Amino acid sequence: MSLNYMVPASKFKRYLPKDYVELVNYGPFGKTFAECGTKNMGKYKELVEEHPMCSGCWMAYYIKIIFASLPNPEHTVTIGTAGCGRLAISQAAVPFIYGNYGDQNAMASGITRAFRLRFPDQQKDVITIAGDGGMMDIGFSMTMHAWFRGEKFTTIMLDNEVYGNTGGQESGMSVKGAVLKMSPKGKNFNKMPAMQLAITAGCVYVVKMSPTNINKAAKAIRRAIFAARELGPTFIHAYTSCNIEYSIPTPDVFKDAQEMAKGRFAFEEFMTDEAKELFTVVEAKKKKEVN
Amino acid sequence: MSLNKKLVDMNYLLKEAPREKHFITGAQAMAEAVKRASVDMAIAYPITPQSEVMHLVGDIYAQGHIKEYYRAEEELGTMSAIAGAARAGVRLFTATSGPGLLRGLEAIVSWPGHRVPCVLGVLTRVINAPLSIQPDNIEMAYLMHSGIVMLHAENQQDTFDMTLAAFAITEKVDVYIPVSVSTEGFFVTHAKGYVEMMDEELAFNEPDPYKAPVPAMDNEVPPARIQRDAPVQKSNFMSYLIHSVWQQEIWDSNQRAMKYIYEYLGGPIEVQNPGADVMIVASGCAAAQAREAHRYAQEEGLSVGFVKVRAIRPWPKAEIREALATTKTVIVPEHNIIGWLCKEVKAAIPNSGIVTEGPRVYGGMTLPVELIMTEIYDALGMKSEVLQA
Repeated sequence: MSLNYMVPASKFKRYLPKDYVELVNYGPFGKTFAECGTKNMGKYKELVEEHPMCSGCWMAYYIKIIFASLPNPEHTVTIGTAGCGRLAISQAAVPFIYGNYGDQNAMASGITRAFRLRFPDQQKDVITIAGDGGMMDIGFSMTMHAWFRGEKFTTIMLDNEVYGNTGGQESGMSVKGAVLKMSPKGKNFNKMPAMQLAITAGCVYVVKMSPTNINKAAKAIRRAIFAARELGPTFIHAYTSCNIEYSIPTPDVFKDAQEMAKGRFAFEEFMTDEAKELFTVVEAKKKKEVN
Repeated sequence: MSLNKKLVDMNYLLKEAPREKHFITGAQAMAEAVKRASVDMAIAYPITPQSEVMHLVGDIYAQGHIKEYYRAEEELGTMSAIAGAARAGVRLFTATSGPGLLRGLEAIVSWPGHRVPCVLGVLTRVINAPLSIQPDNIEMAYLMHSGIVMLHAENQQDTFDMTLAAFAITEKVDVYIPVSVSTEGFFVTHAKGYVEMMDEELAFNEPDPYKAPVPAMDNEVPPARIQRDAPVQKSNFMSYLIHSVWQQEIWDSNQRAMKYIYEYLGGPIEVQNPGADVMIVASGCAAAQAREAHRYAQEEGLSVGFVKVRAIRPWPKAEIREALATTKTVIVPEHNIIGWLCKEVKAAIPNSGIVTEGPRVYGGMTLPVELIMTEIYDALGMKSEVLQA
């Protein structure tokens, strides 16, 4: 598909906000990942620039990586729910649907199927991005059933192990013993096994990680999107700390993420044989293009 | 469509196309309307008494009349998926009943604000405890404050015509909010009545997703939606302002549906014997019983008139007011305990003291015509046979 829908008519251009025109001229639309991807962040007009997240927010950093990794931003729709994440996601220059509480994967099921009806020959990427509460607590049934049904879109969980936006309450993804609001004596059950749930429910590609390595994080996001196009649901479970509720001093946020990468967010990647085959083809093609 | 359909506009379909009489259930009537509506996608989730409707819609999907259909996880998942699919600009249908409507309500009440055009069948059923599967239309009260357009079908024929019309109304550029078609579970859904239907090769014109106040979010419409501008994180003042003007627009859209209710359905109310001393005002199945009571009263030479309310939202305040301008007593028979229609009627007229509370049946009971007759006799100062007994 061409970028015609995005490029303003010459006479209309001067009436459009400067930001829009700059995004069209200097943004990543229609460009390759090598030109405008995570490796060149800061050198092109990025999809997320300003955001209202807290100082030192690791989630905001990861959201910037998500948007810098999109293979097809001009034909991507993101869906999210209440939580900190949507504050930055809605600031991205990509259509975003802010639905009701935890309904992102049900919405994505509807829109993905409808896109395939209307544009059978065109790729439209749908990505849900929500927190641990939205994905694994309030939206649990809709998350799981979208996977069981084999819906072809990508789910990214921003796991800060707490309800950050509502003020620091225990979530299903908090670890056992964590003293948080609504668990004043410490959480008394285990962190939910999201990765295993995703694999059991039929996701074809699943990654758990603490995204300290930008290239590795980008590769996982892109693989998840490529596999969702062809094969079925994909899931990325990323650690995105809440430095406020867990009292992590801003200078230590990266150190905390590195520790998590050695601990409960140690990198794990699951893929089906079909996904593996697909990545071999896609990534070989990419190399050829670069060379 | 893979079938050989002749696409026509809604006025032709509803008013001009030749029709044949069939003897079918209300559930069949709703599904037959969906069959002729060029629906792209239907999402189903079972609940009695609605299930029959979505079974039949599933059958017509299998026959190729609908392009996509699936059973969702539960009602919130169903209604949320409808909201998602609407963003891609397809024509949508789903249906539910009582508790299912309440389970999906969080999503449903956000449809108007999200400018989701779709048709929702509401096949009424008891909510609250003790649990029952019987027809009682109290759930409609919860929809009345959502912004959604609400039609209420008296019988199988209404169910067919209103469902078809709903597909046209919901997609009007100056409406573009969902339209619900309610009718009583079992009494209508599982009972047969005569329905005049046009040939099934005729179907409503396909939707144009770009003929919309909020175009489809399909990354095809210029200018691209790449502005980084989320209202929710503006100042509180901007947040109030944006929400308030948007909701005003939703309720204005709801009002603007009225002209299409006139165009396709002949208006929001039907009036028999205007100017009578006693007027019975009713909607849905209660209107069928009220119609019968009105007939009895005519046979007995009593000064009784009848107002059937087709549209609950937009509420036909001016029409009701005019129809009741000279009457002395208003009787509002209903299939629910709270009397939501009675409250609306009272609020519509300056002399609400003339409105009788009821008669009401609930829990799914039938509404005998005699109950309405008793109120009529009372209003006219006559002793009823029922009371004498």
